[in-house]
Amino acid sequence: MEKKNIAGVEITLTEDGYMAESSKWNKDIAAALAKDDGIDLGDQHYAVLDYLRKEHEAGASLTIRKVGKSGIVDIKGLYKLFPGGPLKLSSKYAGIPKPTSCV
Amino acid sequence: MEKTEKKPLEKVLIICAKGALEDVYASLVMANGAVMEGIETKMFFTFFGLDGITKARMDHLHTATVGNPSLRMPGGAPFPTMLAGLPGVESGVSSMMRKQMDGLDMPPPSEFLEMITAGGGEIFACKLAVEMFKMRKEDFHDEVKDIITIGQFYEMADGDRTQIIFT
Repeated sequence: MEKKNIAGVEITLTEDGYMAESSKWNKDIAAALAKDDGIDLGDQHYAVLDYLRKEHEAGASLTIRKVGKSGIVDIKGLYKLFPGGPLKLSSKYAGIPKPTSCV
Repeated sequence: MEKTEKKPLEKVLIICAKGALEDVYASLVMANGAVMEGIETKMFFTFFGLDGITKARMDHLHTATVGNPSLRMPGGAPFPTMLAGLPGVESGVSSMMRKQMDGLDMPPPSEFLEMITAGGGEIFACKLAVEMFKMRKEDFHDEVKDIITIGQFYEMADGDRTQIIFT
């Protein structure tokens, strides 16, 4: 666990870089975490993050297939938004735990 | 304490040579999982594994009810061999398995292939097996990139952190 001050908020990151307290999340934190990976978040990114946060709160287990069917972006588009880790990276920036699904 | 440098996998080549539901799915889950991790992924379907990419068959794959000691009745009792061979039992069991997988958000193979290629994965059919079964490129799902020899497939294993997985 690592404590970090991002955008004026004291947050705790897990070893893999995921936010330990999802409730402290805001868009600036998302942008800062993404920037560390060289990704500039745009409207479509945020739409995906919002969707993931809502689904996570509802207790759903997340898969790229589900995101692909959400109507926000198809799977190909999701890979373009979050290259090299569509579900892992988006979950990280959405401030929710590391995904545990295999699909 | 000494710190060891991690050397993550960069490329996987996955060979699917069997066409039962669970064989094809094992390959597809591993390939899709690799793509999702940012690992370069190539798949090679050969022999009965070709069923997994054949348009007419891929979304109706069966699991063997005869000669499958791991198969259980709902509830956990062993599946009686005498029952397993009755007409319609294999279809019924297979369709039940497909339904359960769909519940876990595991797509049918045709959609799985699209997910894999959407992430940059590539799908190939084995030339020798294709010739043996007298099939043509048109018989395969559109996401199948090419029909190639095993030699061409091995040539793709050209990087340091590459693994070949045979399921």
